[in-house]
Amino acid sequence: MRYKTMIGLEIHVELMTKTKIFCGCPNDFGGDVNTHCCPVCLGLPGALPVLNKSAVEYAIKAGLAFNSQIATRTRMDRKNYFYPDLVKGYQISQDEIPLCSGGYVEIEKEDGPKKIRLMRIHIEEDTGKSIHTEEADTLLDYNRGGVPLIEIVTYPDMNTPEEARLFLEKLRATLKYIEVSDCKMEEGSLRCDININVIDTQTNTRTNITELKNLNSFKAAVKAMEYEEKRHIALLEAGKNTEGETRRWDEVKNETIVMREKGGVADYRYAPDFDIAPIVIEEEWIDEIRNSLPELPHDKKERFIREYGLPEYDAGVLTQSKELADFYEETNKYAKDPKQVSNWIMGDVLRRLKDEELEIEDLKFGPKDLAHLLELINSGKISNNIGKKVLREMFETGGKPEKIVKERGLIQISDEGELESIVKKVLSENQQSIIDYKNGKDRALGYLIGQVMKATKGKANPQLVNKMVREMIEE
Amino acid sequence: MVSKEDVKYIAELCKLKFSEEELEEFTAEFCRIIGFVELLKEVDTEGVEATYHVSPKIQPLREDKVEPSLSREKVLQNAPEEQYGYFKLPRIMD
Ligand SMILES: [Zn+2]
Repeated sequence: MRYKTMIGLEIHVELMTKTKIFCGCPNDFGGDVNTHCCPVCLGLPGALPVLNKSAVEYAIKAGLAFNSQIATRTRMDRKNYFYPDLVKGYQISQDEIPLCSGGYVEIEKEDGPKKIRLMRIHIEEDTGKSIHTEEADTLLDYNRGGVPLIEIVTYPDMNTPEEARLFLEKLRATLKYIEVSDCKMEEGSLRCDININVIDTQTNTRTNITELKNLNSFKAAVKAMEYEEKRHIALLEAGKNTEGETRRWDEVKNETIVMREKGGVADYRYAPDFDIAPIVIEEEWIDEIRNSLPELPHDKKERFIREYGLPEYDAGVLTQSKELADFYEETNKYAKDPKQVSNWIMGDVLRRLKDEELEIEDLKFGPKDLAHLLELINSGKISNNIGKKVLREMFETGGKPEKIVKERGLIQISDEGELESIVKKVLSENQQSIIDYKNGKDRALGYLIGQVMKATKGKANPQLVNKMVREMIEE
Repeated sequence: MVSKEDVKYIAELCKLKFSEEELEEFTAEFCRIIGFVELLKEVDTEGVEATYHVSPKIQPLREDKVEPSLSREKVLQNAPEEQYGYFKLPRIMD
């Protein structure tokens, strides 16, 4: 590979604390405009910020889940810049001494696991939200101002957009597992900035880093990275370079667009925030938080392999999100064959969810219903294929499988007497296939069985049909 | 030391604009301040841990309990202009 892509990410995640990071205002998404504000989060003179214990705890949780080092002494710094969504003219953030340093996220690639290293995780306050109106005004809502954030910064360890996607999926799954954030990109509780450039390994020239911002889904992020990767390589091939600018993804044009030309390096003049005294984190507290962590995706995956005898791949897929893993385990409580449950969830269920861009939580049926469907198949009441048909209906109506089978008359025909006349009719109408079969063309048998299945609208027991067709031809 | 260009740059970061006269004046003042700090460099700090914060206190952490916010009326009391409950400003783009 001549060209090597390097991708680093900066991810902002809103923490699900009850209150904001420095004041007791509620931390809720939505809410009437400018009703979750107080002198502290409005930056009024004389107001004193006091750090929220839960915000620190959640950030430590994240750090521990990603194998970071937790600082025992840290501080908050002021990041100075002017923008009206920032009430004080500075954001309270962390510069030199982040709460968490180092760590990594392990992604599962097809050719094995890979560790993506983290530089740091620090805590900071979110800004307000601005809306630009048609009348050329800017409207500001400060409900979000002061919501606790963690900023997670990676090393440029990802070499393909796919690796970056896997990283983001794993990061989101873990943060949801440990319940520090709901990570809803569409609500802005997870926001991702991407730094990307390409090295020509033959000439050792590299493009300037492009920063990608305002990506509202993982899909958009992947598309933007793929687009940039191609753009950078094309420029290298033409002996040119990128501008080192900030770009955004345009969903309509399907391309990245310059947002901001290359400016001087931002100079935020960080300085310690004297409103907030040094933060001391006791080792015992860190241990306490470590002990309270729930089972993480990796551990859950190992347990699924052990407990349910699943292949590593299945276990990896099923533990991608806590909700999916819970759905799988719940289904198993009512089903007999863990591998069969896995096949159905990983196959038809996940495929359908993916097609419709839904999550497992959006299903209209529950784990118990899926288990009952499998039971109908295993007891021979319906065939596997009819089972898939029933599942499709469960997706749409959320109906109970027993009821769908009964109402649609889908019960499998396993009665030889009932099938005999149909098989006879199919054979008499397809003499050529019988000859073909006798001449060694095995495909002809499949065709005949297919015709019988078709005649019974898929309700015939396929094993029985197979046996009957063979026997009748031999006669 | 501090040059006139440095002062200009710092002024820009603060969205301030100075006349040529003022620039001269501030440059001289900045030089005096920096010069004073230079004095501190003469102190032997061998083996002294870096001061990462000047406060001798430890930050108390607040319990995560909701407290009443201000009414919107109060929130917007100092707004230069308001619309639909928002603070209204002339258009500002990044
Ligand atoms: Zn507040």
